[in-house]
Amino acid sequence: MDVLTLLAEGFVVSLSPLNLAVVIVGVTVGLFIGAMPGLGSVNGVAILLPMTFLVPPASAIIFLAAIYYGAMYGGAISSILLGIPGASTAVATTFDGRPLAQKGKAGLALIAAAAGSFVGGTISVILFTLFAVPLADVALAFGPAEEFALVLLAFTTFVALGGDDVLKTIITIVLGLVLSTVGLDLISGQPRLIFGDLPGFYSGISFLVLAIGIYGVGEILWTIEQTRHKPHVTPARIGVRDLLAGLRSLGGSVKAMLSGSFLGYFVGMLPAAGATPASLMAYGVAKTTSKHPEEFGKGAVEGVVAPETANNAASTGSLLPMLTLGIPGSPTTALLLGGMVMWGLMPGPMLFLEEPEFVWGLISSLYTANFFAVAINLALIPLFVWSLRMPLHVLCAMVIVLCIVGGYAPDQRMHDVWLIAVFGIAGYLLRKLDYPLAPLVLALVLGPLMEKSMRQALISAQGDPMTFIERPISGTFVAIAVVLFLLPLVRRLRRRLAGSGTPASGRTSA
Amino acid sequence: MFRTALKTAAVAAGVTAALSLVPTTAVQAADWQPNKPVEMVIMAGQGGGADRLARLFQSIIEKNDLSNMPFLPVNKGGGSGAEALRYMKDNAGDAHKVMATLNSYYTTPIRTDIGVDIANYTPLARMAVDTFVLWVNADSGITTLEEFVEAVKAAGGEWKMGGTGTGQEDSLVTAMLEQEFGITFTYVPFSGGGTVAKNLIGNHIDSTVNNPSEQMAFFKAGKSTPIAAFTEDRLQVFPDVPTMRELGHDLVYTMQRSFVGAPDMPDAAQAYYVDLFTKLAATEEWQTYAAEQALLTDLLTGQALQDYFLAEREKHAKLLEALEGGGS
Repeated sequence: MDVLTLLAEGFVVSLSPLNLAVVIVGVTVGLFIGAMPGLGSVNGVAILLPMTFLVPPASAIIFLAAIYYGAMYGGAISSILLGIPGASTAVATTFDGRPLAQKGKAGLALIAAAAGSFVGGTISVILFTLFAVPLADVALAFGPAEEFALVLLAFTTFVALGGDDVLKTIITIVLGLVLSTVGLDLISGQPRLIFGDLPGFYSGISFLVLAIGIYGVGEILWTIEQTRHKPHVTPARIGVRDLLAGLRSLGGSVKAMLSGSFLGYFVGMLPAAGATPASLMAYGVAKTTSKHPEEFGKGAVEGVVAPETANNAASTGSLLPMLTLGIPGSPTTALLLGGMVMWGLMPGPMLFLEEPEFVWGLISSLYTANFFAVAINLALIPLFVWSLRMPLHVLCAMVIVLCIVGGYAPDQRMHDVWLIAVFGIAGYLLRKLDYPLAPLVLALVLGPLMEKSMRQALISAQGDPMTFIERPISGTFVAIAVVLFLLPLVRRLRRRLAGSGTPASGRTSA
Repeated sequence: MFRTALKTAAVAAGVTAALSLVPTTAVQAADWQPNKPVEMVIMAGQGGGADRLARLFQSIIEKNDLSNMPFLPVNKGGGSGAEALRYMKDNAGDAHKVMATLNSYYTTPIRTDIGVDIANYTPLARMAVDTFVLWVNADSGITTLEEFVEAVKAAGGEWKMGGTGTGQEDSLVTAMLEQEFGITFTYVPFSGGGTVAKNLIGNHIDSTVNNPSEQMAFFKAGKSTPIAAFTEDRLQVFPDVPTMRELGHDLVYTMQRSFVGAPDMPDAAQAYYVDLFTKLAATEEWQTYAAEQALLTDLLTGQALQDYFLAEREKHAKLLEALEGGGS
C-alpha cells in the first residue's frame, strides 16, 4: 500500500484528542527528565510505565516514545547551562554548548540545540516514513566487520581534526581505549584491569561517569581558576525578539544540520550503535568539514547543532531495528520493546504487515511529538537562561552537587562518585596541559564496541584481517577512514609547500 | 423484628467474614513490602530471551498491580553474567534486588573464578524452562539435519555458529553437536540472543541454536528455518520440526528461567517475592506468552528450587568437563 496513505491513516490515530494530550504530557515530562542529570530516560520511562495502563496500548507506546523524544531535547539543557551532560547522548553538546554559555550566549546555544533537534527529528522521521521497510535490510547487512569499520571511521573524524595537536589527540584516544577495556571481557569472561579485585570495576567504567567528571567537575575547577581575578560575565537576558534573532542566525549551520540528520539516522539505525556514538560522530564530521574548525571547542554554534541534530535523528533511527528486528538499540527502546510485548505486539519483520495501525500511529506521533517538543522547549528557554543569573559561587556549588547526584543515581554506588572526583581532577589537569578531551570520551564510548566487533569479525574470518577490506560496506568505510586520516596531513604539507606560515584566521589566544 | 434480626445476623456474618479475612491479609502486607523500586538484574544483554522475559514481567507486575513499587530491569550481561553474579554478591542482604537467571548461573562461576557460590543465593522462583532449536537462514536451502551436517562438513571447520558468550548455553549446545556428529564449527560469541538472531538473518553467521522466542518473528516472516529441536517432545509451536531424539541423537538441553535474590536476603522479603512470582505465574498474560513462545511453564520455589539449582550445577560441571576435555 502507498506509504502516504498509511501515514494519513496513522495521523487519524495520532491526532485523536487523547493521543495528542498523551504526546504533550510525554514530551514535557521527557524534557525535564532529560534535563536532570542522573534521571535518565530509562528510569523516567520505567517509573512512568504504570501510567500507561490507563490508556489503550497504542496511546501507551506513543506516550513512552514521546518521553523518549522529549528527553533527547532536554539532555542539551544541562549540558549547555551547567556543563553537565544530562544524558550520555548530550555529552557532545557540552563541547561547545558550555563555552557558548560562558560567553553569555546560553540563549543562542539553547536555541541552536532546539532547532537542531527539530530538524534532526523531522528529517529522520521523514526518512523513517519513506524507507523504514527497505532500510531494515541495511541494518541486517551490518555484521561485525561493518560495525568495526564504522567505528574506525568515527575515530578518524576525531584524529583528523585539524588545528589540534595530532599527537595529543592520539594520546587521549589511547587513554580512553585503555579505560574502555576495564571490566569483564565479553569473549572470554575474564576480568581485566580491575585494580586487584575492586568489585566496582567489574562492570567497567561508565561513560557518563567519565563525562560528568571531566566536563562537570573539571570544568568547574577550570572556571574557578579562570574567574578568580576577573568579574564574572552575567549571562544575557533573553526575550521573544532574541529568540527570533537567534533562529535567524542559524543559517550558517545548515550544513551541520543536514549532515547530522543523515549521519544520526543511519548510525542510530544500526543495532549496536545508537544515539551517543551518532552525536559524537556528527560533531567530528561537522568540525572536519567546517570552514573554521579552530572555533570548535571554544563556542561554535555548529558544534552544538551537529550533535543535537544527530542524537534526535538517531533516536528515531534506533526505533527501526526495534520495530523490524526486535532488537532494541538503547536501554530506552528496550523498555518500549517490553511494553509492546506486554500488549501482544510482537516486533519483527511482520509487525508492519500485521499491525499497520499501531506502527503508522507511532510513526505519525513522532511528527507531533517533534512539533510539541520544539515549541515547549523554545517557550521555556528564557526560564532556563534566567537560572544562570545566580552568582558564580552558588552556581559552582550547585553544579558539583548535581555532578555527584548525577553520577551516583544510575547505579547507586559510591564507587562512581570517587571515580568522578578522580576524573574531575584529571580532566582539569589535562585541560591545563591543553590536551583535547573530546577524543577521550569518544574512545571510551566506542572502544568496547570496536574491540568486540573486531574480535567477532576476526573469529568469523578465521583470523584473516582482509575481511575488513574485502567486504564491500566495510571496505568502503575503511577507505574513507584512510582518506580522512591523511587529509589533514596532505593539507599541512601543501600549506608548507606554499611557503610562509600564514595563519588561517585571527586565532584568539585563550 | 425478624427483619432486624436478619440484618443483625447478616452484619454479624459480614463482620466475622471481614475479621477472618483481615488478619491474614494484614499480616501478609505488614510482613514485608519493598519501600523503594526493586532492581531486576538481568544476567544477559538486551533483546535476548532473558531480557525479553524480564521486561515482560515488569509490565505484567505493573498492569496487575502485583507490587507497590515498580520493578526496574537492569542489564548486567558482561562476562557471561559474571557481572550480574558479582553484583548480587556484593549486595548481600539487599532486599530490593532480584536477578533473572539463565543457565550461566551455574556455568559462569564454574568457568571463571569470580568468587561466587550460588548455594548462598536466595532461591525465589523458577518461572519457566526454555528450549533450544537449531536454526539456519532460509536462503541456505537447508531443511534437514542430514543436509546441515553435510554442509558443515563441507565447510571444513569454517562454518560459523553464532551464539551467546563462550561457556554459556549456546556454546554448550554447539559443543554437543560437534561431539555427536564429529564436526567442527567456528564459534562466534555475541552479547545477546537477539543480536545472534539478527546476525543469522543478515547472513553474517551460518547457524544458531536460538531459543524459539528469539527467532519467532523471523520464522513467521519466512526468513529462518528450524532444523531440529533439542527437546524431549516436539514443540507445540513447531509441530513439523523433529526432535534430535527422533532423529536418533540423544541431545536434550533446556534452559531455566528463574529469579533469585542476593545472598542472605531477609526471610520476609524472600516470602514476599515467592508470593509475587507465584501470583505472576497464574496471570493470563504470562500463560499466553509462554504458550506462544514455546516456554514450558513449570513453577518451582523454595527448597525444591535450591535442590534443582544444585543438581543442575553438578550436571553442568560434568558437561563442561567432558566438553572442554574433549578438545575443540
